[in-house]
Amino acid sequence: MPKITYIDHEGTARTVEGEIGSTVMETAIKNGVPGIEAECGGACACATCHVHVDQAWRAVVGEPSPMEEDMLDFGYDVQADSRLSCQIKVTAELEGLVVRTPERQA
Amino acid sequence: MSEPIKTDVLIIGAGPCGLFAVFELGLLDMKAHVIDILDKIGGQCAELYPEKPIYDIPGLPYVTGQGLTDALLAQIKPFGATFHLQEMVQTVEKIGDPLFRVTTDRGRRFEVKVIVIAAGGGSFQPKRPPIPGIEAYEGSSVFYSVRQIEALRGQRVVIAGGGDSALDWTLNLAPVSRHLTLVHRRSEFRAAPDSVNKMMKLVGEGKIDFVLGQISALAGEGGRLAKAIVKGSDGSNFEIACDALLPFFGLTMKLGPVTDWGMAMKDGEYILVDTAAFESSVPGIFAIGDISWYPGKLKLILSGFHEGALMAQKAYHYVYPGKRLVFQYTTSSTSLQKKLGVA
Repeated sequence: MPKITYIDHEGTARTVEGEIGSTVMETAIKNGVPGIEAECGGACACATCHVHVDQAWRAVVGEPSPMEEDMLDFGYDVQADSRLSCQIKVTAELEGLVVRTPERQA
Repeated sequence: MSEPIKTDVLIIGAGPCGLFAVFELGLLDMKAHVIDILDKIGGQCAELYPEKPIYDIPGLPYVTGQGLTDALLAQIKPFGATFHLQEMVQTVEKIGDPLFRVTTDRGRRFEVKVIVIAAGGGSFQPKRPPIPGIEAYEGSSVFYSVRQIEALRGQRVVIAGGGDSALDWTLNLAPVSRHLTLVHRRSEFRAAPDSVNKMMKLVGEGKIDFVLGQISALAGEGGRLAKAIVKGSDGSNFEIACDALLPFFGLTMKLGPVTDWGMAMKDGEYILVDTAAFESSVPGIFAIGDISWYPGKLKLILSGFHEGALMAQKAYHYVYPGKRLVFQYTTSSTSLQKKLGVA
């Protein structure tokens, strides 16, 4: 089970194990990681599971789909490293992934 | 003030649970009006995920949010409910036993024996962009909807966003405003391609400006906006002098005035109900669907359907006091089939 680290806006890091096939959002919710709201439950229909993907991981994680880009318009402090965590599938390649949660979800 | 609308039941929320409540109430001869803040019927199903699949509606292995809404509308058609869209209930006052006087944000009044709150996560409200201090300008210089175009005549307007609302208002206000700037964080838009083309043409003709970036701060005095500070996508900061800002960043759900109506709540977020009739602590006010809470509550559409059926059984006794209610099946009851228009 790949380990995923979530760093909140104050710098506190929490590392939890993600289940392969689930999403980075689901992993956070399941483990009670704060900073991710996921108001729509993972339907890519809001922008409240927004995360910044660590620089070293951007290429592995990949770019948002066009639909996800549309939703990111509703996010807060959206940057080039922004993704919606409900759209990142946990795979073996993501062992050690680091994401940062924004100060607030939109 | 106009005469109040007198009817049996007022349903707050036109999502799947509110719609199915029309059906269950209708089978028991209760007339309903339905009110919803959105401009369309379907609640979250229509607003958040019209094209997305739902897999757990009993008997429907696969249905989209819009598909479910359309099917429910067909199902409740025989009962002729009246819908009031883009309207929100503001106050509820108990004036009888039970009889409620309800007023909306549009000044409409109802007198109803039963209220069914099927408001899901609350009412959809425009999303406030995370710009520090924006509250100070709301209503005077910052507007989330345009009620009167004329109010913006001759003003320097900044519009933020990249969806249909942002683009539509850019096109509508371009000829009215003194100067208009559209701010969006990227060069792709969610809006209809035709609107984007028209906007680009106006930019090409020098009639409006398009800026890539996100508004990071506002400056002004006494609620009067003077300028917006924009962080460009290249990291640069610049200012746009303006009198009005129109942010269009979609909708979010807020509980709204529900908490003022005297019902016992759970964690300040949900309406506490009993599981025999899904009635709140105020007799005559029921709550079904995502907004209700009881031990074991699941936020599933199918649970909301069940809640609506039981609610109608109790509501009947408020609408028809002293009248006996005979339980019947639609499969075999001629009287129910007559109401459905099939017998």
